[in-house]
Amino acid sequence: MRVVAAMSGGVDSAVAAARAVDAGHDVTGVHLALSRNPKSYRSGARGCCSIEDSNDARRAADVLGIPFYVWDMSDEFADSVVEDFVAEYTAGRTPNPCLRCNEKIKFAAVLDRSLALGFDAVATGHYAQLRSADDGTIELHRAIDMGKDQSYVLGVLTQRQLSHSLFPLGDTTKDVVRVEAARRGLQVASKPDSHDICFISDGDNAGWLTEKLGPRPGNVVDEDGTVLREHEGAYAFTIGQRRGLHLGVPADDGKPRFVLDIEPVSGTVTVGPRERLAVDGLECIKPLWCASAPVGRLECTVQLRAHGDEHRATLTVEGDDVRVELHDVAFGIAPGQACVVYDGTRVVGSATISSTSRMAVG
Amino acid sequence: MNEPRDTVYLDHAATTPMVPEAITVMAEELARTGNASSLHASGRVARRTVEEARELIAERFGARPSEVVFCSGGTEANNLAIKGLYWSRRAQDPSRNRIVFSSIEHHALLDPVTWLAKHEGADVDMTPVDAAGRILLDELRASVAADPARVAAVTTMWANNEMGTIQPIRDVVKIAREHGIPVHSDAVQAAGYVPLDFAGSELDAMTITAHKLGGPVGVGALLIRREIEATPLLHGGGQERDLRSGTIGVALVAAFATAVDVTLSRQAETVARIERLRQRLVEGIVHLVPDAIVNGDPLPGADHRLPNIAHVTFPGCEGDAMLMLLDAQGIECSTGSACAAGVPQPSHVLLAMGYDEIAARGSLRFSLGHTSTDADVDRLLAALPAVHERAQRASLVRSTA
Repeated sequence: MRVVAAMSGGVDSAVAAARAVDAGHDVTGVHLALSRNPKSYRSGARGCCSIEDSNDARRAADVLGIPFYVWDMSDEFADSVVEDFVAEYTAGRTPNPCLRCNEKIKFAAVLDRSLALGFDAVATGHYAQLRSADDGTIELHRAIDMGKDQSYVLGVLTQRQLSHSLFPLGDTTKDVVRVEAARRGLQVASKPDSHDICFISDGDNAGWLTEKLGPRPGNVVDEDGTVLREHEGAYAFTIGQRRGLHLGVPADDGKPRFVLDIEPVSGTVTVGPRERLAVDGLECIKPLWCASAPVGRLECTVQLRAHGDEHRATLTVEGDDVRVELHDVAFGIAPGQACVVYDGTRVVGSATISSTSRMAVG
Repeated sequence: MNEPRDTVYLDHAATTPMVPEAITVMAEELARTGNASSLHASGRVARRTVEEARELIAERFGARPSEVVFCSGGTEANNLAIKGLYWSRRAQDPSRNRIVFSSIEHHALLDPVTWLAKHEGADVDMTPVDAAGRILLDELRASVAADPARVAAVTTMWANNEMGTIQPIRDVVKIAREHGIPVHSDAVQAAGYVPLDFAGSELDAMTITAHKLGGPVGVGALLIRREIEATPLLHGGGQERDLRSGTIGVALVAAFATAVDVTLSRQAETVARIERLRQRLVEGIVHLVPDAIVNGDPLPGADHRLPNIAHVTFPGCEGDAMLMLLDAQGIECSTGSACAAGVPQPSHVLLAMGYDEIAARGSLRFSLGHTSTDADVDRLLAALPAVHERAQRASLVRSTA
C-alpha cells in the first residue's frame, strides 16, 4: 500500500512509520503544521508545532529513507480544533481537543487529502489495535499497553476512517518502542512524551483561555448560593477541580470542596463536597459508531476521559440520543467530555456528554 | 523508492550542478595548504590563487579586481551591501535613514531591510511592481524624489528569483544617480544567464554567488566600487579591503572563478539552448493543462526575463501537492515560496504582483540549467496530466471539507 505516515517529531510516530516501512508499504512521511506561525502555539521542544519537532520528524524520515513533507493544516486546525475548544469552554463544557483533532484533522482532512493524492492509508503512532472481523468489518481495540492505550481518543473514527488507518504500535509497550527507536538509530528515542494540549505551550489552559477570551468575572458560590469569592473567568474551572480554588475559609465540615457546576451565562461556579460529584447517568449526543449503531439496550463499559477508568454501564441508543446508566459511579464528569463505549477491548463508538445525572445524596 | 533514480532536476534556480572544471580545481586546491594572509611561500601561493580568481571574476563581470569582495554567498553579500551602505551613509548624515527597495526582493535582501527598519531606525520604502513582476519606475522616481537627501541607498534585484523578470536596472541607476544616491543590485539569479557589466551598469554594488552558476555553495562576492564606503559586518583580520574579515577559502574562490569562466564562456550557447527547452516546456504545459497560467514577462531576452525560469500557476491546485507527486516520480521543482519550519508561505513576490493567496499557493517554478535536456522536458510533460488531475482532486477535498 501507499501509506502516509503522520510524523509529529516524537518517538511513537517515528517507530510507527518505521514499522510501516518494514511491513513493505511505500511510505511517505508527513509532518502536520498546525500553525503557520511556528511560535504561536507551543514554544517548548515537545508537542507538535515547533520547528524543532518538524526537524525531528524530518531526521527520523531521513533515517528511515522515506520522502518527507510538511503539510500545512493550520487553517483546518484553527477552524476545527482551536475554535471549537474555545467555544466549548465558553459554553461551560470541557472538550477534548485530541479527539476533535483525530475526528476532523488526522483522519479527515489529512486522510481525505492522502486518498485524493493516491495514497491508500494513514499510519499514526497511536497506541490502539485494528482487527478484521469475520464479516470484514474493521474493529478498533485497546492497545496491549493499557498504560498507553489511546483507543479513547480514536473513538470518534468511523468504519470508513478505520479502513484507511494503520496503528502499528498497538501490539507493543512504550518501553519496547523506545528500545526499538534506539536500535533503529532514531534520535527521538529518548525524547520526552508530550501530555499537554499541543497548542497551549505552557500547559496553562486557564491562562491561555483568559488571554484568548479576556476577563469575564463571576462568583464562586457554595450549594446554598453563598458567594465565596469572585473569579476572572469561569473557563479557568473544570468540573471536579479541587486545586486552585483559592476559597480562603474552609468548608463548615472541614472537607475539601470541588467544582460541582459551571453556569456559563452568569459565570457562576458552584463548589461542594466530593460526594456531590458522583454521577450515575449520562445523556450524550452526536454519537459516532465504529461500525453500525447499536440497537436498543447494550451492556457495555464506558470510558469518560483519556486514561480514565472503565465503568460498567447500560447504553440505550435512540437515534442521535444516547443514554448511559452507570453501574460504577463516576466522579467529576463534565459536559463536553467524550463517552467512549467499549465491548470488552473493542471500541463500539463514542458520543459527547451533554448532561449528567447526579446520584441522590442520602 | 530509495534506490538512486534518474532524477529530472528542474530546480536550477535553487542551485545548479557544479561544472566539472570547477570540481577539479576545487579538489586540487583543497589538497594544498596555505593561508592567503601568510607571508611564507605557501601563503604566497594561496594569495596568488585568490588574486587570480579575483582578477578573472572581475574581468568577466566588468569590474576592477579591487572591487571584488569575497564572502560566503548571496545572503552575506546582500547584508553587507544594504547594512554597510545604510550605516556608512547615515554616519555621514544622521537624517539619512531612508532605504528604497523593491517589493519582490529575495528574503536575503528583504529581511536585512526590515531588520534595519526594526532595529536601526530605517525608514523603508517599498517600490511596487506590475503584473509581470517589474518595478514601476514612476513609483520609484516619486519615492526617491519625495526626500532624496534622506535616502541612504536604493536597491533593486537584477532578475527576480521566482518569476525570472528582469528589472530595468539602468533606469533605476539613472533615477538614483540624479541625487547622488548609491544603488545596489542583487544579481544572484541573473549571473550566468544574462550579460552583466558592473562598470557599464554604473551600479555601486552588485551581489553574485557561485552556486547559481556552476560553482560551489559557500562563496560569493559583493562587487563594490572603490569610492563607496560601507561599514563591515564582520570585524577581524581585515581581509577583503577590511570590508569582510575572515580567512579566505582558497579552494572556494578558485572554483568560483573557474565556474564563472566556464559558464560565461559558454553563456550565449547555453542560453539559446535553455530558452528553446523552456519554450517546449511552457508550450507543453499549456497544451496539457489549458487553464495553466505562465507568469511573468512572456518575452525572452535580457531586458525581459531569464531564459531558464518558467513560473506557472495551476488554478484549483496546490503547488505543494504537485511538487510532492512530481517528486515521487523523480521530477524536482519548486513552489518558489519561502519556508518557515517547512510550512509553505504564499510567495510575497506573487502577492506583490497582485495574485491572491490561493493563486500564489497554486504555483510551481520550473528552472532549467546547463545540464537540462529535452528528455527532462519530456519526462515532466509525460508525468504532468496525472499529477495535475490528482492535485486538483486533493484541492477539491480540502475546499469542500
